[in-house]
Amino acid sequence: MDSNLRREIILDNYQHPMHRGLVLDDSYLKTNYNSESCIDNLDLMMKVEDGIIKDIVFDGEACAISTSATSIFIRSLIGKSVSEAKNIIRNYQNMLDEVEYDKELLGELVVYDEISRQPNRMNCALLPSRAITKMIEELEGK
Amino acid sequence: MHREDFPMLNSDIVYFDNGATTLKPNCVVRSMVDYYTKHTSNIHRGDYDAAITTNKLYDEAREVVRDFINCNSSKEVVFTSGTTASINMVVFGYMKKHLKRGDEILLTKSEHASNVLPWIKLSEEIGIVIKYIPLNEEFALTVDNVIKSIHSNTKVISIAHVTNVIGDVRNIEAIGQICKEKGILFHVDGAQSVPHMKVDFRKCNIDFLSFSGHKMLGPTGVGVLVGKYNLLEDMDPIFFGGGMNQFFEADNRYEFKNSPVKFEAGTPPIAEVIGLKRAIEYLMDIGMDNIHKHEVELKKYMVSELEKIPNIVMYNKNSDSGILAFNIMDVFSQDTSIYLNHYKIYVRAGNHCTKMLKDEINIKNTVRVSMYLYNNKSDVDKLIHVLKQSKDIFKIVI
Repeated sequence: MDSNLRREIILDNYQHPMHRGLVLDDSYLKTNYNSESCIDNLDLMMKVEDGIIKDIVFDGEACAISTSATSIFIRSLIGKSVSEAKNIIRNYQNMLDEVEYDKELLGELVVYDEISRQPNRMNCALLPSRAITKMIEELEGK
Repeated sequence: MHREDFPMLNSDIVYFDNGATTLKPNCVVRSMVDYYTKHTSNIHRGDYDAAITTNKLYDEAREVVRDFINCNSSKEVVFTSGTTASINMVVFGYMKKHLKRGDEILLTKSEHASNVLPWIKLSEEIGIVIKYIPLNEEFALTVDNVIKSIHSNTKVISIAHVTNVIGDVRNIEAIGQICKEKGILFHVDGAQSVPHMKVDFRKCNIDFLSFSGHKMLGPTGVGVLVGKYNLLEDMDPIFFGGGMNQFFEADNRYEFKNSPVKFEAGTPPIAEVIGLKRAIEYLMDIGMDNIHKHEVELKKYMVSELEKIPNIVMYNKNSDSGILAFNIMDVFSQDTSIYLNHYKIYVRAGNHCTKMLKDEINIKNTVRVSMYLYNNKSDVDKLIHVLKQSKDIFKIVI
């Protein structure tokens, strides 16, 4: 991907993130995620009905990479089934680990395909997928 | 000053993270390498030449600390693993034994975690009450506010001499005098002051003083607890083992040695104590007043230059130390520190372990510049130059 376009997508999602702002609704799962290696600190909430992700929202303080990745992740997952979400998360992880992954499936998330070149930012890019995985595990009673 | 003594500065970096840890001069490293290559041995137990050399250096280190900090005797100098260990020893070795339910402890909201959490834990255990002395509009602690916060139940004041984000220098001489008059125990967290200015244990009527080696040109893994001798005699160790006991028997009888040895169970960080001794000698040669003056001047210069950049917000322009907390408007502090790292400028972003300070300054995270004797105007100029171009920050960090 062209590096200017990549930067533009990330920056747009950082400065104008979608789905920001938590909701007062007990039907949502809720999690806080903060990284041990940096100061990102985000709350995420997710509503799942009949195995389908109906909504995800987030709030908190985090860097450009974490915030934008959360915004893009949320848009990628709303409307998907939980098993589809797990598949997207698996492929995203593979992309960051520089092993084979399904580019089509990840859509806009491929803007982070070069983040592994900056090892100190890997945790930032992984923050939303880890937080959402935590909520899915809670949902599945793990 | 003395930049040539610090090998890390040969690599063209600007090191502005001295509040976290400091660079090490060659002489400190050499003193430790000598221990590891010429006279490795344990202390107190050997009759051979290497052990005698090591023993002598270890014992002399206490005397160097005594002279540096102006306490009464080297018996008041306990080597620990760092400030955190020192404070935990005071709280769980002395305070737990002498305080009772309802006794009040005064702290402030700009204290480091290590001067808050042990007290919170003790409050859970024995029911002491923690009160926070209010800060003024510049987030600093005034003597007036200390006086207003003291009640008949106030038994301890435990505060940093210099705080690690705001960098305000507390008037510990006046506060120490008040404590003396009112019979309040006075613990000073010297982690951010002892490396940077003259701290006088006796003059300030300090009861316990904690500080770390690695923030004052010394190695990691060593720190100091200085305590008045009568208090140390009344304090229990929190670690037990070899070196600190007179005897122990199968019928559970035992006797500990006296301070400071009774607080140093097991093999202490010998190489680190030797390194710390060398670091203190080095600092005393330069002169603590010279170091403090240098840092304050440099900070003033930095503030005056940063004021010319419109999108910089500073939080502690006027504090009398080499610490400056700031943000670029609308930029998360960690993005700023990653941006500065691109130009080899090393700063710290975050809450700096003062998680309650957000209640006061309404901002959770800041970029912190913290200076030391080897920083110079050229370091500041590099920072200013890069911050002036920060409109392109996201071209660098993304």
